[in-house]
Amino acid sequence: MNLLWRWLTDPASWEGSAGIPARVAEHLAYSASTLVLAALIGIPLGLWIGHTGRGRVLVVNLVNGMRSVPTLGLLFAAVLVLGPLLGGDIAFLVPSIFVLVLLAVPPILAGAYAGVEGVDPGARDAARGMGMSSREVLFRVEVPCALPLIFSGLRSAALQVIATATLAASVSLGGLGRFLIDGQAYRDYGQMAGGALLVAVLAMLVDLVFAVVQRLVVSPGLAPARTSRRAARRAAAAALSPT
Amino acid sequence: MIRFTDVTKVYPGGTTAVGGLSLTAPTGQITVLVGPSGCGKTTSLRMINRMIEPTSGTIEIDGRDTGTLDPNELRRGIGYVIQSGGLFPHRTILDNIATVPLLLGWDRARARARAQDLLERVGLDPVLGKRYPNQLSGGQQQRVGVARALAADPPVMLMDEPFSAVDPVVREQLQDEFLRLQSELGKTIVFVTHDIDEAVKLGDQVAVLRVGGRLAQLASPAKLLSDPHDDFVADFLGRDRGYRGLAFAEAPELPLRDEPVVLLGSSVEQAAAIAAGDRWVLVVDEARAPLGWAEPGVLTGVIDRDHLHRGGTVARVGGSLRAALDAALSSPSRRGVLVDDADSLVGTVRAPDVLAAIERRPDGVPA
Ligand SMILES: Nc1ncnc2c1ncn2[C@@H]1O[C@H](COP(=O)(O)OP(=O)(O)OP(=O)(O)O)[C@@H](O)[C@H]1O
Ligand SMILES: [Mg+2]
Repeated sequence: MNLLWRWLTDPASWEGSAGIPARVAEHLAYSASTLVLAALIGIPLGLWIGHTGRGRVLVVNLVNGMRSVPTLGLLFAAVLVLGPLLGGDIAFLVPSIFVLVLLAVPPILAGAYAGVEGVDPGARDAARGMGMSSREVLFRVEVPCALPLIFSGLRSAALQVIATATLAASVSLGGLGRFLIDGQAYRDYGQMAGGALLVAVLAMLVDLVFAVVQRLVVSPGLAPARTSRRAARRAAAAALSPT
Repeated sequence: MIRFTDVTKVYPGGTTAVGGLSLTAPTGQITVLVGPSGCGKTTSLRMINRMIEPTSGTIEIDGRDTGTLDPNELRRGIGYVIQSGGLFPHRTILDNIATVPLLLGWDRARARARAQDLLERVGLDPVLGKRYPNQLSGGQQQRVGVARALAADPPVMLMDEPFSAVDPVVREQLQDEFLRLQSELGKTIVFVTHDIDEAVKLGDQVAVLRVGGRLAQLASPAKLLSDPHDDFVADFLGRDRGYRGLAFAEAPELPLRDEPVVLLGSSVEQAAAIAAGDRWVLVVDEARAPLGWAEPGVLTGVIDRDHLHRGGTVARVGGSLRAALDAALSSPSRRGVLVDDADSLVGTVRAPDVLAAIERRPDGVPA
């Protein structure tokens, strides 16, 4: 505890290109670019599979298959294979992002697919029956109804990516993983613990941001409860008021 | 007018869901498709708006072959109501109702005003418009489904068991309001149900289908009840056909008798005097609306609402023979109460007089 505190309060830990803010920024940059890429692949694919019902087997196998892949091994393999083809700085960056994207696509894909798949068949039938084109059914009914599951896919992918992005440091890239690797190398346990703590805090903050965005964009009609939040709050306030 | 000409639907698995169906659903009327489960009702209905494509045969709406029209445009001109409601959970009730007008390019203000108007027309409280479907009861959701189908004022409505997911009391309400609405709107409606009572109640004409999507009989409800074409139709219609058929026979002039009445709140002595030895006396309010029967012999004090026997049904003058007969049969005094359109008492009738009227009807079957 002491070591951790000393490291966190040492002004030197917060300065320069190896300081905490810089490492957090790097970590966020890896994670964000990974998530954007994974979402660009996973969401359209998931929506398409859910909408057309084609390729369901793919989703199931992909999701289960990816769970059993050893991430670190894959990372080294990717660096070995892709590194020489690229050269320079990106020789390590591209393989790292590639592996992280592979990790992030399945939960996002599964969320988008399950979201569309789970839309009330009656609503879909009614939408078609009132003359919506296939695109209109997808974008006006299926996607809005699928948003809660799309978000939960994105959120679990985000948590996984932020935690796993520490691995990038093991192939000599930056990010919060540096504190873990360097801390271990110099037997600076305060730095190691600090790095781990920062990863956890970052993951929580990112999840919080997602939660806020989700509340803003998902229709309140999709809330599981029969009563709206406002009604629930009003009821709670009434129950608590002294009269 | 919707005309099926020799329409057949064979599903890929080889099931013949509809086999050579020919029938006409006249403009401005309710045509009910009824039959046992799996007889092809839903398939027939969904072929009209091309949610399902027929294997062969043609379906015309007002003389135009639907097969030649753009499916989405066709559907935008046809109201469609399904059993599960199919409301969009992410949209408010008003936005649900405004869906088709918006698809048709109406401006938002006009679409919302129309939705608000329809909400009231189907008997829903306007404040419900801001709610989401999961905050409504099943019966309310069904009304919204009907309102949504009516939103762009389509001349044709297709309804697939719209009232079967609600309890019997609510169903009856929905049916009554549906009939009231239809009497104002005069849509061309094809209505699917597996409930023969619903079919007979709602239909201007009823098409009974047998498994394999073959037409067993197409007739008015009265004709169906009095003259089923074969054993299948007769079995499907069930019991009490004679009695149920009376619902479609308008009562001729019935010999009404004046009924002595007492006002609610009169003393029991007054009531006994008016009853003049009869065990039962009819109690009315100031507007002469019948409230129930009282038995002065067993009461004391003042006649209030709790004293009234409410078993008797009330029939309307000029209503059906069934209602008149039921009023007589259900009355504790055996005198059936008849009222006018303002619910004010006209007189009473006895069962033998109703039966005599039934006996006097011309022989044979109604057209
Ligand atoms: N998509 C489909 N593929 C294959 N067969 C189907 C399909 N839809 C319906 N069927 C079959 O066609 C027949 C008619 O079905 P349909 O849904 O039209 O019946 P229905 O009269 O509406 O029945 P219910 O009262 O149970 O709703 C049934 O035997 C059914 O199994
Ligand atoms: Mg059906």
